[in-house]
Amino acid sequence: MEQPNLNYIKELAAGDVTFEQKLIQIVKTELPDEIATYELNISNNAFAKAAENVHKLKHKLGIVGLVEGYDLAISFEEELKLGKNDLKEQFDIVLLSVVHFINDL
Amino acid sequence: MLNCIIVDDETAARTIVSHLCNQVDSLQVMDEFPNAMQAIKFLNKNDVDLIFLDIHMPDFTGFDFIDTLKDPPKIVLTTSDKNFAIEAFEYDCIIDYLVKPITLPRFLKAVQKVENAATAPTSITAAATPSGQADTVSEKEMYVNIDRRLIKIEFEKVYLIEAKGDYILIKTEDKNYTVHSTLKKIEEKLPVSLFLKVHRSFIINITKIVDIEDNSVLIARDVIPISRSNRPELMKRLNLL
Repeated sequence: MEQPNLNYIKELAAGDVTFEQKLIQIVKTELPDEIATYELNISNNAFAKAAENVHKLKHKLGIVGLVEGYDLAISFEEELKLGKNDLKEQFDIVLLSVVHFINDL
Repeated sequence: MLNCIIVDDETAARTIVSHLCNQVDSLQVMDEFPNAMQAIKFLNKNDVDLIFLDIHMPDFTGFDFIDTLKDPPKIVLTTSDKNFAIEAFEYDCIIDYLVKPITLPRFLKAVQKVENAATAPTSITAAATPSGQADTVSEKEMYVNIDRRLIKIEFEKVYLIEAKGDYILIKTEDKNYTVHSTLKKIEEKLPVSLFLKVHRSFIINITKIVDIEDNSVLIARDVIPISRSNRPELMKRLNLL
């Protein structure tokens, strides 16, 4: 399975450690709130709102270098807009891997 | 120097765009805003050359935001959604469209486009004849000023004209021409018998239509969107069986 990484952040920072740490800290702060909102909307079957949450989470997946995860988020977002959530389990696994990765930084 | 602002509800996204702006000497970030309302308040009191604008914001989308601006500055959209690209073409002020996560090379390309749009090397003398009779509308041709040369373009050879920021792209049977002008300006110079504006960003030569689907028209190999409001006029102009 594809693993989260710091490739994008490091490329963007280009050696600017302060920026690198700042961005990581922001992701650490924003991600749990975005996930909590997503989970709340999913549990309430508010799929349209959950689609918006996944849209936002998609960027975070890109920031931690997940290409397949990003594509999965695109598919899941479209699915949620149609009122379905078949990809939820797969998406949640990706989210979990990102959370572990971010927490270990 | 281009004074710019960043509008995005996501802190990470604003931080990234701001960092990218700092890599470019010609960009000066005046401020960042987490929502459209705060940005509108700022714009009421400050002049800005460029806005990096997220489309997908709660309550007030990027497009809603642009619609509130009387004289919008140049705009580069930033989004995680590729699906808005078509809609983006409806706005002359939108210069580019960056898909997140944004990389430095792609960002620099967008800035280059903005700078090119700001320092346009060409300008139009639409329908101006070589003798300078600018108000004369010829039924056969027009002259456009490209690099100080007046180039003749025969109307019957034009496929379509597309708005591209501060420029228009004139596609003809022989060649494509990028000219510094607006659709509105050139529309006044085109013979009504041949041309029709089918969309905010497109004027087509109706004799070049290959086929029409519900909300698009095929001109040569280009599929052109038709706005709902312009469709009735197009249908009226066709020789329908």
